[in-house]
Amino acid sequence: MGEWDEIIKEFLVESSENLDQLDQDFIELEKNPSSKELLSRIFRAIHTVKGTSGVLGFPKLESVAHVGENLLSLLRDGEMKLDPELISGLLAMVDAIREMLRQIEASANDGDKDYSALIEQLSALKAKRVEAAAQEQGSPKIGRILVDSGAVQKEQLAQAVALQSGGDPRRLGEILIDSGAVKPREVLDALQVQSESSPGLSSSNLRVDVNLLDKLMNLVGELVLARNQVLQFTAGQQDATFLSTAQRLNLITTELQEGVMKTRMQPIGNLWNRLPRVVRDLAVGLGKKVRVEMDGSETELDKTILEAIKDPLTHIVRNAVDHGIEMPGERVQAGKSEEGALRLHAYHEGGQVNIEISDDGSGINLSRLKQKALEKGLITGEAAARMPERELLNLIFLPGFSTAQNVTNISGRGVGMDVVKTNIEKIGGVVDLHSDAGQGTTIKIKIPLTLAIIPALIASSGGERFAIPQVSLLELVRLEGDESRRAIEKFHGAPVYRLRGNLLPLVYLNRELKLRDSDAHSGVNIVVLQADGRQFGLVVDEINDTEEIVVKPLGKQLKGISCFAGATIMGDGRVALILDVMGIAQIASVITEIHEGSAIEAASRQDDTVVGRDAWLVFTVAGSRRMAIPLSMVSRLEEFPVTSLEHSGNELVVQYRGMIMPLIDIARRMNHQLGKQTETLQVIVYSDAGRSIGLIVDQIVDIVDQSVKIEQQESASELAGSAVIQDKVTDLLNLAVLVKGTAVQEMK
Amino acid sequence: MAANRQFCSFYLDGLFFGVEVEKVQEVIRHQEQTPVPLAPRVIGGLINLRGQIVTAIDLRRRLELSDRSDDQKAMNVVVRTDEGVVSLLVDEIGDVVEVEAQGFEPPPDTLQSGVRGMIRGAFKLKDRLLLLLDTECVMKA
Repeated sequence: MGEWDEIIKEFLVESSENLDQLDQDFIELEKNPSSKELLSRIFRAIHTVKGTSGVLGFPKLESVAHVGENLLSLLRDGEMKLDPELISGLLAMVDAIREMLRQIEASANDGDKDYSALIEQLSALKAKRVEAAAQEQGSPKIGRILVDSGAVQKEQLAQAVALQSGGDPRRLGEILIDSGAVKPREVLDALQVQSESSPGLSSSNLRVDVNLLDKLMNLVGELVLARNQVLQFTAGQQDATFLSTAQRLNLITTELQEGVMKTRMQPIGNLWNRLPRVVRDLAVGLGKKVRVEMDGSETELDKTILEAIKDPLTHIVRNAVDHGIEMPGERVQAGKSEEGALRLHAYHEGGQVNIEISDDGSGINLSRLKQKALEKGLITGEAAARMPERELLNLIFLPGFSTAQNVTNISGRGVGMDVVKTNIEKIGGVVDLHSDAGQGTTIKIKIPLTLAIIPALIASSGGERFAIPQVSLLELVRLEGDESRRAIEKFHGAPVYRLRGNLLPLVYLNRELKLRDSDAHSGVNIVVLQADGRQFGLVVDEINDTEEIVVKPLGKQLKGISCFAGATIMGDGRVALILDVMGIAQIASVITEIHEGSAIEAASRQDDTVVGRDAWLVFTVAGSRRMAIPLSMVSRLEEFPVTSLEHSGNELVVQYRGMIMPLIDIARRMNHQLGKQTETLQVIVYSDAGRSIGLIVDQIVDIVDQSVKIEQQESASELAGSAVIQDKVTDLLNLAVLVKGTAVQEMK
Repeated sequence: MAANRQFCSFYLDGLFFGVEVEKVQEVIRHQEQTPVPLAPRVIGGLINLRGQIVTAIDLRRRLELSDRSDDQKAMNVVVRTDEGVVSLLVDEIGDVVEVEAQGFEPPPDTLQSGVRGMIRGAFKLKDRLLLLLDTECVMKA
């Protein structure tokens, strides 16, 4: 069974790679409909899917691929001309195949969805175009090979082809064998010839498990540390042999490290390949014409980074097509060509990768932007008048901002530009936007090559060493002796330092991390950091060094602590924690502090409310009451049949992963009417102190990533307050109060 | 629990504990730990296990026992769990003990509730009890 699984897995991986290439090829084909090479490549990909799915026993997949293959073989042999209708049909086929592959991945069979309509549609497409074509001309390759080898007569073949196009489901070879025209042996030989004539996959490539690469990466990291220790040791040594050996070890290690790093690199083209398809579908849906140009698709990036920028990039591209590029009519009026251009450009620069996405559309309408920001109360009229163009443009990165006049199904699906920005910043990248009214918009993304090794500043506080990623580091300030006392002023209790005339809020690392206070030092070290566009000074006891560190994830038990981004192993073999600058800023409430020039903060100050930016899980209870809890508190969403409920004491419980999990029916707890009785219960599993608790809700609505203004706060109530989420009033649950009195609380 | 089974044993505050041998990756002497500020009390710190960073759980605190005295250095029992590899900090390492399945008994009702679940029961050895630790439950910290 294991081997079989392996084969299926291989098939799935290979097929999905082929399909990704297909999307690209089809778009290319539309531009260049007579390319024999493209057609052959597409044909081969579908042929492989068909053949393998037949062998593996996925009849549905086989039959869909089969009609596609038929169409393609006619196209390839020049029997049919390509047109947009045909391309759409073929793309639909690719989608169907993809859908079935996903189904196979999930359940190991090709599902019970009915694709006969699609098959019919494709067959109709074929029939319509071939009607006049001679049957003999349409004979697939296998027939030609047989004729060429003299195994069958042309007449016999024509007969068989006629049978096949008449609806005979058998393959051509089978028909010929069954009719006695050829021997099975001859068909097999012909098949052999056929497969030999298609170029095989290059044998210089090898598929490798990513986990294995990660492990290698870890080992190399360890080797680097060992090397560093050896080199430190050589300093006091005289032995020439030892010194030269150490030197060689040094060189080899460096080279090995580079080599292993390279194995994780992938060209950005792998990601871009999907985009022309996205653009095409969008453009067709909107009635626009868009040409995609790509430049630098061979630029390589670490696999994890590539995955992290996938969604933001797709979003930007969608935005460009949806909002940026105008309708063909408008474009002509503006003196542009009917077809809009979307350019993707990637290149290396100074150890970073730059990605530029530009369109030649209408650009961002600044006055509309301003108006929108005023409407949403993000800025005041006065501020808007004063704001330079550049800052105005940056407004679209504010949470809750959408320039789309109407939310289409294309944009406005919950991922705004603010999320794009956060996601890019999460991996240490920067987003920059430039727009010329009438000329188009360019979005520039700068991201590091890899996340695995980053430059960091090593600082100590409270007797511990911490690594601070250099991306958020602005400068270092040291205050000596007397100055250290005088220069730090108090702003109603909050320590600040005047950095070139501006007040810089100070955060003491040892206090935030509840470490012991530093010993009496002669000076103060301030690490000036930038988090979410805000500056603050982190006060540490000592600045040690800058170093390239290997980032390692923290165990699951520590994931909840937001101020650490991971850990690393220092040259002496000890572990040091890597600070998450955003997290530190959050716990020190730098980010929610009142800050001049920040629109959101100003708004929250006026309303005297709390702003909490987080991902929220929204659900309903008792029919229509909308409630939300922070997504970070949710460990899983589960469904339980009503019949699995049991009682333990007064508590409603259910057996869950070999443990007894207490359930809280929120509706009942809050004295609401009970929702409809259903057969399965939607349960949000929430973990606290090692125990899980299930919250029974009616329905999970959505996950929303937005800043939330909490309108009222009663700390002891089961409701933490309410807020407007997705334009609806939503109650925020106070889990700590809600679970009081259940087993979890007793555990503590 | 039919056949005889092997347990890696260790001591904690005078108690004798066991973990299934097959769950134990290795046993190592005291390792320098990097404390994790703001982490729950039961997290002992992070240790460097040949380049892998492993979270150490202070088993005394997890099992609600008294803290180890400062001069007592903890040993590491590195176990594989569903949540990844973790190190359990214990007082002292014992032998690998082979026990008969018949000698097993679930915990008594009087066992304090907080620890219940983490100790699956005890094997009645000749002169003492070998408490069977449920590593998965310990991990849900």
